[in-house]
Amino acid sequence: MNRSLRTAATLLKVYYDYMVEYRAELILWVLSGSLPLILMGVWAEAGQSGQFGLSPLQFIRYFLAVFLTRQLTVVWVIYEFEKEVLKGQLSFRLLQPLDPGWHHFASHLSERLARLPFAFALVGAFFLIYPQAFWLPSPIQLLLFAVAIAAAFCLRFLIQYTFSMLAFWMERASAIEQFWFLFYLFLSGMVAPLELFPPLLRQITLWTPFPYLVWFPSAVLLGLPVNVLQGFGMIVLWTGIFWVLNRWLWRRGLRHYSGMGA
Amino acid sequence: MAMITAEHLRKVYPVAIRDPGLAGTVRHFFQRRYRQVVAVDDVSFSIEPGEVVGFLGANGAGKTTTLKMLTGLIHPSSGVARVAGFEPFRRESRFLRQISLVMGQKQQLIWDLPALDSLKINGAIYGLSDAALRRRVGELAELLGLQDQLTQPVRKLSLGERMKAELLAALLHDPQVLFLDEPTLGLDVNAQAAVRQFLADYNRQSGATVLLTSHYMADITQLCPRVIVIHQGRLIYDGALEGLRSRFAPYREIQLDLERAVEVADLSRFGEVEACEGRSARLLVDRQTLTDTVAQLLAQLPVVDLRVEEPAIEDIIGKVFAAGGPA
Repeated sequence: MNRSLRTAATLLKVYYDYMVEYRAELILWVLSGSLPLILMGVWAEAGQSGQFGLSPLQFIRYFLAVFLTRQLTVVWVIYEFEKEVLKGQLSFRLLQPLDPGWHHFASHLSERLARLPFAFALVGAFFLIYPQAFWLPSPIQLLLFAVAIAAAFCLRFLIQYTFSMLAFWMERASAIEQFWFLFYLFLSGMVAPLELFPPLLRQITLWTPFPYLVWFPSAVLLGLPVNVLQGFGMIVLWTGIFWVLNRWLWRRGLRHYSGMGA
Repeated sequence: MAMITAEHLRKVYPVAIRDPGLAGTVRHFFQRRYRQVVAVDDVSFSIEPGEVVGFLGANGAGKTTTLKMLTGLIHPSSGVARVAGFEPFRRESRFLRQISLVMGQKQQLIWDLPALDSLKINGAIYGLSDAALRRRVGELAELLGLQDQLTQPVRKLSLGERMKAELLAALLHDPQVLFLDEPTLGLDVNAQAAVRQFLADYNRQSGATVLLTSHYMADITQLCPRVIVIHQGRLIYDGALEGLRSRFAPYREIQLDLERAVEVADLSRFGEVEACEGRSARLLVDRQTLTDTVAQLLAQLPVVDLRVEEPAIEDIIGKVFAAGGPA
């Protein structure tokens, strides 16, 4: 087997073992991402008035898709990386001929695999309780959703990993993520679908990376009218921007690294 | 060609200064002040392939900072480091495959999983095939006396077992240059001896170059024919372990058993009195005048027995550091 593939397979396997060591935590992590389900109730109620452009059923399906998207794109690399830099644990990773970012990427992917059955079980339970909400996306919708989710996860990971680089200069790089999360929360479509945004705000938002992290994959799954090419184009563009920024900060940050505590 | 070369290495860290009290905290919040701390200052040495060199110094002397520069973890403020023909900070893949660093106070193994899982990751990263990984783990586990422990979660291992597993992980890729930072820290006497023996065997079998820091002098005396001593960031000695005695302890210790007790004043004529209790005494005497002094002691005092001993390396190093550097 090709060495890179073998490394990837080993990392995924070992980190999967690591993730399933924490069975109770996995369920709690899934449940902690239930904000879309709460918002679903609020919007479904508001949708009754008929003045928001989406029917109550569409709201329910949208937030269910948002829930699934969030489950599959949740990222925490900044908290891990910050700890590694501050405690000097990054040193061991730096001594190996593999970029430390791949360890984090693999642990996120493995966690996703471990979390998936619980997330799907929750969605299944929801459909059992509320069968009217069930819908079957077309194969093309499913395929596009899978690609959009993978792309959204990569972009979300890359953005947060880029902010993580600031840990080389500041003790609490995670504060940047918390500030960024505010914009993410409102502009990604997590609190309200982009269809409800005022036209100007929506146009501006579509030039930012936020909607492609949550709204875009969810809208694709639902079959809402979205410009798929523009969506993927923007993801590629923002991935490129953050990739360049990430590598630049990485190289500069390493010169600041002091391997503290070691 | 030397395996490790340090030329005028220097590392300066900015350290934030904060005055005590509320006013100091507020000032620190609005206006950070830094002072430059010189951790390593103009350190030069070179180490040949296969050498085992002890790196000695008190806490904060700059040993670990030097190791970090040599392994490419941190960038030198000035000076040049070369290891195995590479500039460490560039962290080229071919360089990283030839070195390893073991830190006694840090661990690379995943805490909640068996050590074998971490070893599988390392094996894949360094491109070992499954068969090569099994063979290498088997060889090293036998040398280290580790068997069943590798399948237990790391958190369940004793400190000694964990350190051995860390060594195994660090040596999996058969590094040609091994940096060891306090590898026996916190281990009991038996575990220390086992790790020491392993390192000696490993060096003999692999021919690896080893640079070792330790606060346990037994590690140094048993493993390192050559030592480099660093004090307050500056290199103060580089040479044979035995040479430390003539450089920093140009004296011998004379132990006396006497027929009757004598006064300290009677002894101090012959040298520095280290101890005088009843009919036993210990004197430090300059090596140059040792023969004459022994003759005078035998002639002038009621000596029953007289023994001349070398001062212990531990005592010499301790005195050098306690005195704030070489005399």
